[in-house]
Amino acid sequence: MRLKLVPETTNIDFFGYAKATFGASVIAVILSLVAWLMLGLNFGIDFRGGTTIRTESVQAVDIGAYREAIDPLGLGDVTITEVFDPTFGPEKNVAMIRIQAQDDQESVAADTIAKVEETLQQVDPSITFPSVESVGPKVSGELIQTALIAVGASLAAILFYIWLRFEWQFSVGAVAALFHDVILTIGVFSVLQIRFDLATIAALLTIIGYSINDTVVIFDRLRENLIKYRKRDLREVMNLSVNETLSRTLMTSGTTLLALIALLVLGGDVIRGFVFAITWGVIVGTYSSVYVAKNVVLYLGVNREDKPTDKGNQFANIDA
Amino acid sequence: MLDIPLWKRIVIWGLIALGLAFALPNAFYSRVEGHNDALAEIETLGATPERTAAAAGWPDWMPNSLVNLGLDLRGGAHLLAEVQVTEVYADRVDGMWPEVRDALREARDEVGTIRRIEGEPGTLAFRISKPEAMARALEIVRGLARPVVTLTGVGASDIAVAGDGDTITLSLTPEEQAATDDRTMQQSVEIIRRRVDEVGTREPTIQRQGADRILIQVPGIGSASELKELIGTTAQLTFHPVVGRTTDSTQSPGPRQLVLPSVDEEGVFYIVEQTPVVTGEELVDAQPAFDQNGRPAVNFRFNPSGARKFGDYTAENIGSPFAIVLDNEVISAPVIQSHIPGGSGIITGQFSVEESTNLAVLLRAGALPAGMTFLEERTIGPELGQDSIDAGRIACIVAFGAVLVFMVLSYGLFGVFANIALILNVGLLFGLLSMIGATLTLPGIAGIVLTIGMAVDANVLIFERIREELKTARGPARAIELGYERALSAIVDANITTFIVSVILFTLGSGPVRGFSITLGLGILTSVFTAIFVTRLIIVTWFERRRPKTIEV
Repeated sequence: MRLKLVPETTNIDFFGYAKATFGASVIAVILSLVAWLMLGLNFGIDFRGGTTIRTESVQAVDIGAYREAIDPLGLGDVTITEVFDPTFGPEKNVAMIRIQAQDDQESVAADTIAKVEETLQQVDPSITFPSVESVGPKVSGELIQTALIAVGASLAAILFYIWLRFEWQFSVGAVAALFHDVILTIGVFSVLQIRFDLATIAALLTIIGYSINDTVVIFDRLRENLIKYRKRDLREVMNLSVNETLSRTLMTSGTTLLALIALLVLGGDVIRGFVFAITWGVIVGTYSSVYVAKNVVLYLGVNREDKPTDKGNQFANIDA
Repeated sequence: MLDIPLWKRIVIWGLIALGLAFALPNAFYSRVEGHNDALAEIETLGATPERTAAAAGWPDWMPNSLVNLGLDLRGGAHLLAEVQVTEVYADRVDGMWPEVRDALREARDEVGTIRRIEGEPGTLAFRISKPEAMARALEIVRGLARPVVTLTGVGASDIAVAGDGDTITLSLTPEEQAATDDRTMQQSVEIIRRRVDEVGTREPTIQRQGADRILIQVPGIGSASELKELIGTTAQLTFHPVVGRTTDSTQSPGPRQLVLPSVDEEGVFYIVEQTPVVTGEELVDAQPAFDQNGRPAVNFRFNPSGARKFGDYTAENIGSPFAIVLDNEVISAPVIQSHIPGGSGIITGQFSVEESTNLAVLLRAGALPAGMTFLEERTIGPELGQDSIDAGRIACIVAFGAVLVFMVLSYGLFGVFANIALILNVGLLFGLLSMIGATLTLPGIAGIVLTIGMAVDANVLIFERIREELKTARGPARAIELGYERALSAIVDANITTFIVSVILFTLGSGPVRGFSITLGLGILTSVFTAIFVTRLIIVTWFERRRPKTIEV
């Protein structure tokens, strides 16, 4: 009568295919890095500077006509894409126009935007501009810097916290898994050329937060089991820990994914890229806590001598 | 074993009641908003029947703070401005000239005559006719220095004086520059706030960011360019003696003179003295008006010291023209007909009614101490914001429903307990958000949805643990007890790491990212609270009443 994602007791050998799974992860990471280098990322104006204009019209979007109208203005690189969303009716046709940062302009030129809007209104009189955003090159440079610091600081803080609460091998394993997740997400963004902006960085940090959450739960069980089964082989204890927490891992991923998929489908196109990144990260993050983090810990080995017996329970005295 | 003392129960339920009470106004958003607006209007504009009715729409004794909606949800304009703080240095040293001149004149026998020369921008340079007395001159000028009052620059003085041959250069020290920058920024923020308030929109955000930037967010305004017109104008009003008129903009003026274009007459330039007679800083009032020919104009009034300067100047210079200059453009250059003693006057020019009204607003609010450039601007239309709210709301409801069903299917009665906790959790989250006056953004909604998904995690951890303990432990009570005890370290570690990430996001992020980090971080707090205190209390209460021999999780 109960919905069970996994049977009561499982005894799956997660290390049976360690070479294959770990190898696949390594290859996926390499492929992502290659895609990143070869294809680059589709940076949004947050990071590249420039202007995006969102247009909305009752008439169908005619990208060719828009382009013909804008090109004579000589604004350099202009990208026009139509936006599709299941929540739009036939009366709602949306496009995004991105104009590169204009040379030798630190600030944003209002007349450029006004000119583009005027030109488009001649093409399609019913057109409106629900949002116009411009970022100057000076700010975009700083935003990249802040974003990198944010990701770096999060990784460092987590490395430190796990090291404090567990062993250093665990923190190396956890951070390896995080790198895996972040790089695979960047890889997908690069292959699919999804717009990469500030919100994507927030998504990456969320993925880091989620994935570490998952990894820590397994580590916590491992720590407990290492004390409980002192004589057993490390690999065996690890396998047992993963099996014991498997039900929880899938339950939590399941509920989170349910919520995220609702948002992905119904949340509108403005945050779709953001939600997609998190959804992808939850899937990859779940995989990496089982297959990447543990493999690294197994490879590094754990010092099982003189372990204080009460370490796993230092919060146990807190009464509710 | 499963005892929870009464006082703890009261505290837990009390906290929940408090949180829900604070969350409640958000369920009646427009009514509470109307109530709050009406109260504010009654305060400032007096009561009218409509306002009293709107105020009565929500009881006074209830909490009435709401979660603010961010620009991406409400629509409005966002600007990031950089203030050209160095522009102020020149004015500062310029203002010191009379003092320096007078001090050196008193010692004329020693240092000889002095003459001001054109120096580097932001410095004051002058020559003395007796270079051999340089040491004495430097001593006198240095004697004018004042200590800078800052937290760090203890003992620093405000000016640096250097002598080279017969030339003395006076400039601001880095400490004084920092102090000046700080003042410039404070003034700019204050003046922008006044100008935005004059237009009267709800809840504008005007915030200093970093050393020389100001973030301005105004909900409900049509576009960023509209906002830029309002706050981008320096509105520096000055009155200068006119030296001459020319049609050649490249003509080089005499020393300490300026060539400024005329607004009304195309191709005409005025040569004026660089040092103004009076400035807009000494204005006390400005109102839109009409001149004797019925054209729009602006009436102004000086404060006593400005009025005296203006009166003295007009008395001494009857018959010669003076220029009214706004932001380095000559609005008009009338000839002084008579002595103007009262300190009030009228600015005429080719204004439209709208322009004269705007100019009056700007003059009243005061001039910005320095110019600004805009580094970032975003306009979000109100319809797009409403679309996002609708989409976010539907997504939240669906996500919520799906998780509730999933939990009941998986854990039965315990799933229902977890669901009650989840609903309370979202209520508490909204309560906290309203209490601290946080701003909800579109990524913030995503943060709530993610919290819904992850909030069950702590309960899942506990339930799974209870399931395991049921296999070995003696009796259900012990299993529940052990389940909570043993799941705790995993819950704490897992949530602390996520919380660290949200804190980092909050510190480094801005705008939408920050909105996301707030909901994520607070969501973690509320979900840990509901999981380890609230569900436990519910389960214990249920267990005490039913005393089941066996439980199924």
